[in-house]
Amino acid sequence: MQALTKRRKEVSREPMTFMERIYIPSILKGMGITFSHLFKKQPTIQYPEQKREFSPVFRGLHVLNRDEEGRERCTACGLCAVACPAEAITMEAAERMEGEENKYREEKYAAKYEINMLRCIFCGLCEEACPKDAIYLSETFAPANFNRKGFVYGKEDLLIPDPTTEPEAYAKAKGQPRANN
Amino acid sequence: MSEQPLFKVTIDNITIEVPAGTTILNAARKIGGEVAPPAMCYYSKLEGSGGKCRTCLVEVSKGSEKDPRPMPKLVASCRTTVMDGMEVKNITSEKVIDARNGVVEFLLINHPLDCPVCDQAGECHLQDLSYNHGKESTRFEFQKRTFKKHDLGPYIQLHMTRCILCYRCVFTADQLTGKREHGVLDRGDHAEIATFIEKSLDNEFIGNVIDVCPVGALTDKTFRFKNRVWFLKPMDAHRDCPTCSGKVTLWNRGDEVYRVTARKDQWGEVEDWICNTCRFEKKNTGDWVIEGPRLIDRHSVIAQGHYAGSIGMHQPKETFEAVHNGRKPKLLMDIHSVSNVNRPEITLSKLDRPAHSTDFKPNQD
Repeated sequence: MQALTKRRKEVSREPMTFMERIYIPSILKGMGITFSHLFKKQPTIQYPEQKREFSPVFRGLHVLNRDEEGRERCTACGLCAVACPAEAITMEAAERMEGEENKYREEKYAAKYEINMLRCIFCGLCEEACPKDAIYLSETFAPANFNRKGFVYGKEDLLIPDPTTEPEAYAKAKGQPRANN
Repeated sequence: MSEQPLFKVTIDNITIEVPAGTTILNAARKIGGEVAPPAMCYYSKLEGSGGKCRTCLVEVSKGSEKDPRPMPKLVASCRTTVMDGMEVKNITSEKVIDARNGVVEFLLINHPLDCPVCDQAGECHLQDLSYNHGKESTRFEFQKRTFKKHDLGPYIQLHMTRCILCYRCVFTADQLTGKREHGVLDRGDHAEIATFIEKSLDNEFIGNVIDVCPVGALTDKTFRFKNRVWFLKPMDAHRDCPTCSGKVTLWNRGDEVYRVTARKDQWGEVEDWICNTCRFEKKNTGDWVIEGPRLIDRHSVIAQGHYAGSIGMHQPKETFEAVHNGRKPKLLMDIHSVSNVNRPEITLSKLDRPAHSTDFKPNQD
């Protein structure tokens, strides 16, 4: 059979020499490599205290967006649900009534919107499918839980805070724009 | 039939013999598939329809055996009858494709493109057409036309901004009801479908204008915003109806009947007209004899839920007990204890209007 790479090494079946049989030089060589790492930069961080910056393409927990006037952008068009390969998203639509114009951007909105985080694979296809820029994957993990019930996220968990009434919470949820992009 | 001469016509290099007097469009539909030009306004069951939208334009490269000159301009295939020895180019002609792209751009000039809100999305002919022929962006920089809202009664919702003025609904109202109540007002850019003096239409068959509409201009008010069509399960069903044939398609979620429509054939045309009672008032599964899942073209988004066709015939089996030697699961989570979607106590299908925030109130806490 032809070799796949040129890095193949034949296993030597010859008996070990005296230097190999006393093992000490090999042990010292290995220890040398280990000790040299003490003086190198540490790749690990102390997680809960220190946090590493997410990659710009990180896909975390979902956020339902509002527009600058604080109205919900989602119109329950169902494209996220149809794009979802894990079938994690369900919703129920309703018609906007008179007097609700400041809450919902269009005449139709999602009265119920749920994402089952146990099903979700964080692929980001919902974000890509959304024609209204309503759903985004944020830079947060889905928190752990002891039972399954906590993993069905409703609208109250997903909606971003209203920028008109809670500007600070909104800014925090929105995050800082990155300097490099 | 027998005394009528058969004409030989070649469409996109496929030859077929059709009786004299057949239109090019119908000849192409006999061949079927890609050869049939799209039609937004022509409707085989409505007399006088066609010739409005210009999407079915084709090139006639040879007029007939006796007069082989090509026709100077593209012709509307729904209104042009075949001649013996005629040669027609549809998708093989660049001119046709170019003209069709232009027509689609014109149709979309005033179209609001509110597909995320529109109930027709997923079964909209204009959507299909623009996916096949449309441009990615618009060149139209002006205000789109808007209209004063008209109320078309308790069952039918009119969105005039979405209308492409195909006149199908006007012909339907004319030919099925015998009394003209519904027509096109004004001219040019201002032309709109309306009932005169805003009176509601109370004919027993008027609901068919919903099925006939190729876009989302006329939609079912009892189904408005309830669900997207591709999440529903299309089922063939019938009932003993004194006024119509009673053969319909039910659009279900679980056992709830969300919408009733007429059965549509492969060209998107209804097979039988159905009456308003069947369409709007029989929203119980018990009212219907269910025949089985309806066949839906697998390229349609409606087929994505695998409810339709032969796949829909087979209910998925419970696998847990089979895998665990008949042992029942020890812990079962009732999804309704967690999820607020599809609550058993809220039956959206029974509402004869779109759901409002008040319908969800009792269990919001």
